[in-house]
Amino acid sequence: MTLPTLLIIVLAGAGMAYMLGRMRSQQIAKPIGGVRNLASLPSYYASLMGLWALLPALLLIVLWSVFDGAIINSLVRAELPIEAKSLSSEDLGLVMSQVTNAAAGIGPADTLGVEYQGAIQKLSSLNSTSVKAMPILAIIVLIVGCLLGYRSIRATHNARYGVERIFNVVLIVCSSIAIFSTFGIVFSVLFESIHFFQKVPFTEFLFGTHWSPQIAIRADQAGASGSFGVIPLIVGTLLISFIALVIAVPVGLMSAIYLSEYASARVRAWVKPALEILAGVPTVVYGFFAALTVAPAIRNIGDGIRDWGAENGIQILANLSVSSESALAAGIVMGVMIIPFVSSLSDDVINAVPQSLRDGSYGLGSTQSETIKKVVFPAALPGIVGGVLLAASRAIGETMIVVMAAGLAANLTVNPLEAVTTVTVQIVTLLVGDQEFDSAKTLAAFALGLFLFVITLALNIIALRVVKKYREQYD
Amino acid sequence: MIDQEIVAQKRAAQLAKRHRAESRFKWFGRLSIGFGLLCVLFLFTDIISKGIGAFTQTYINIEIPFDEEKLGLTPQSTEAEIKAASFGSFFKKTLREQNPEVTGRKDKRSLYALFTSDAPLILRDMVLADPSIIGTTQTVSMIADDDFDTYYKHSYGRDLPEDKVIGRINDFQVSMLNKFVDAGVVEKRFNTIFFSNADSREPELAGIKGAIMGSILTLFVTLILSFPIAVATAIYLEEFAPKNKFTDFIEVNINNLAAVPSVIFGLLGLAVFINFFGMPRSVPLVGGFVLTLMTLPTIIISSRAAIKAVPPSIRDAALGMGASKVQTVLHHVLPLAMPGMLTGTIIGMAQALGETAPLLMIGMVAFIVDTPASITDSATVLPVQIFLWSDSPERAFVEKTSAAIMVLLGFLIFMNSMAVWLRKRLERRW
Repeated sequence: MTLPTLLIIVLAGAGMAYMLGRMRSQQIAKPIGGVRNLASLPSYYASLMGLWALLPALLLIVLWSVFDGAIINSLVRAELPIEAKSLSSEDLGLVMSQVTNAAAGIGPADTLGVEYQGAIQKLSSLNSTSVKAMPILAIIVLIVGCLLGYRSIRATHNARYGVERIFNVVLIVCSSIAIFSTFGIVFSVLFESIHFFQKVPFTEFLFGTHWSPQIAIRADQAGASGSFGVIPLIVGTLLISFIALVIAVPVGLMSAIYLSEYASARVRAWVKPALEILAGVPTVVYGFFAALTVAPAIRNIGDGIRDWGAENGIQILANLSVSSESALAAGIVMGVMIIPFVSSLSDDVINAVPQSLRDGSYGLGSTQSETIKKVVFPAALPGIVGGVLLAASRAIGETMIVVMAAGLAANLTVNPLEAVTTVTVQIVTLLVGDQEFDSAKTLAAFALGLFLFVITLALNIIALRVVKKYREQYD
Repeated sequence: MIDQEIVAQKRAAQLAKRHRAESRFKWFGRLSIGFGLLCVLFLFTDIISKGIGAFTQTYINIEIPFDEEKLGLTPQSTEAEIKAASFGSFFKKTLREQNPEVTGRKDKRSLYALFTSDAPLILRDMVLADPSIIGTTQTVSMIADDDFDTYYKHSYGRDLPEDKVIGRINDFQVSMLNKFVDAGVVEKRFNTIFFSNADSREPELAGIKGAIMGSILTLFVTLILSFPIAVATAIYLEEFAPKNKFTDFIEVNINNLAAVPSVIFGLLGLAVFINFFGMPRSVPLVGGFVLTLMTLPTIIISSRAAIKAVPPSIRDAALGMGASKVQTVLHHVLPLAMPGMLTGTIIGMAQALGETAPLLMIGMVAFIVDTPASITDSATVLPVQIFLWSDSPERAFVEKTSAAIMVLLGFLIFMNSMAVWLRKRLERRW
């Protein structure tokens, strides 16, 4: 029986339990003068019985599906011959996958010796037992739940309390998922990073100026130095983010000021959603745009300037060279992407500045732009700074644009016309495709992930602090 | 007297300067907005002008005599016999016979290359579908090769300078094209292949059906998980949660998760779901899990706003009538907040639909030729398909990529306008 069918059966069973509960409660109510003499409405008795049937069975199915692999694995491991137990974890994994294949009947059956037959048989028998036992157990649990629920239906028993208590527990469990996923993130990147730092010293990672994650398989292999200095990636990330912010902050801020201070309601109603479109475009689209339209355009312009410089004998321009994957292209497009982000955040803080401040300024005879520059802007500055920090964290964590347009070469340069690489690009390139979980190359991605997580988290916490502090001034 | 005049003049000059500064400032604002709007316009026209061509496909109508001898088949042949027949050499032979002027080895190869490399398979499938056509002559609309297709759509019959011609096609092939056009057998039709095929190495056979199915399955998982969880969390935090350290901690976590870069969620998916729980790679199930964690904060935040917008008087009235807290929430607050929650959910789903980076991490970048049918089949999603195609060297894939982007943007515009409509239509203001 497949999992979906089992789930449907369990749901149907719970539905039947609900109906049964309803009938039973009405049956009980009849001799004592109707539903009004029950402690709860029939639907609560029914719900309670349905939940009694559903929840334990569902819990069993979930736990079984999550843990059966691990339990079967450890049982089979116990069946392995003595010499297999002394193998290293890598080789053991290989043997186990061979056993799995043999049990599933994939591949040649005789790659493993006779001494492994016990393990193979054990695995296939355990697998078939597990597949058969789970639905049967789940249905038994369902029926037992039904019976218990049925017995609890009494006129004096207030079923509503039970239902509401379960409801409350479900709410708390759902709310905790946010906590679990934070912990999941922290632990997953932390554990793998610790493994990484056992192989590569922490100081080399943080202060090294050379990034080339290819590890030599042979000693004489060319271009495989395996050094993990994160500085070039940080410089590349900061360079691109800086370009993005140079575009996005003035444009976003000025649009927000114009829209909230000057524009009529009708203009605002049209222009604001039009600008918000930029925020809704997927990043992969921006990446495509950057790689296929903006980068070639920048290269062409650069070539044009170089030729012009060469003709007119201007040495600096004649030496100009633009890489086909430049930090500039990625930065500009990323800047365009975060314009609406900056503008909507600034809009919020500008609108939060009390009108009395503006009126005071007008009363003293200043023009509208003077009011904005000298009164509204300073008053809104902390909020705007917070917004810019949030935009910076967005730019640092942005992945697809840089993956598609910024390149892979870890150049340590601040020249925006050269190709640079970023933290996110390296995470993606190191992890895409099949990989083992114990090479320094793969683990490096998790160390970079930890780094990225810490930086963006810090930026966000600072930004939220700044914004919050500012807001309290006027409320 | 004179002093006053000078002062007045100075004042006027200063005022004029201030007014100039005022209008300059206003122009900065207008320019910024103009820049933003121009970017929107430029982005869309660029994508559309690049991608519009992919919605048509060039076909070449050729007469194929399904000769019994040449194929070694009869209308009574079994399926296995048909599958074993050599349609490849049959197709090439037919082409050579129909174009006897083509002699050189290189030219012959160029001739074959005008047609999709799947041409023999298409012929075989025709025969498999209806074996009675063996022995008859059929007009077959054969899909043209991508280079030929690109050339015909974008460069043919236009006096373009050498470097503007797109579509790798040699002089011999141009002469063949002229011959076909004169014979009236070349035609452009709406590209149904693009919507009915999954991915392929051959641009002319590549379609987005697989990616769209993958996106639908992934979003299905995301929706089923994230909507109930987010609504439950929002209800708990707004209506039930006591003000204590635990609930504060939940709030802090939700706000932080909203700001975590999406690629980190991919790392989480890889380390926890795939490595720790041993779930399979590149399946919509895991993709849905990862996107659920990613979209939860968005939906929770908007659901909380929707619950907050329900006036307290509604709750007081329900409680006053003797309803319990749970009854108040389920029967009164939740239905009133539902439109706002749905709006937030649609926006969250739109976000999830456009997300690429975390799905790359969990292996949804594999080259998959089959359309996924369930949440545990290997699949890719639309944005990842765009990413994969944008990496391909063939010119024709640029067109396909842009077309896929147009489809993706179409979905997103639809979802977002639905959210706006829902907000305008159903949301009540008190």
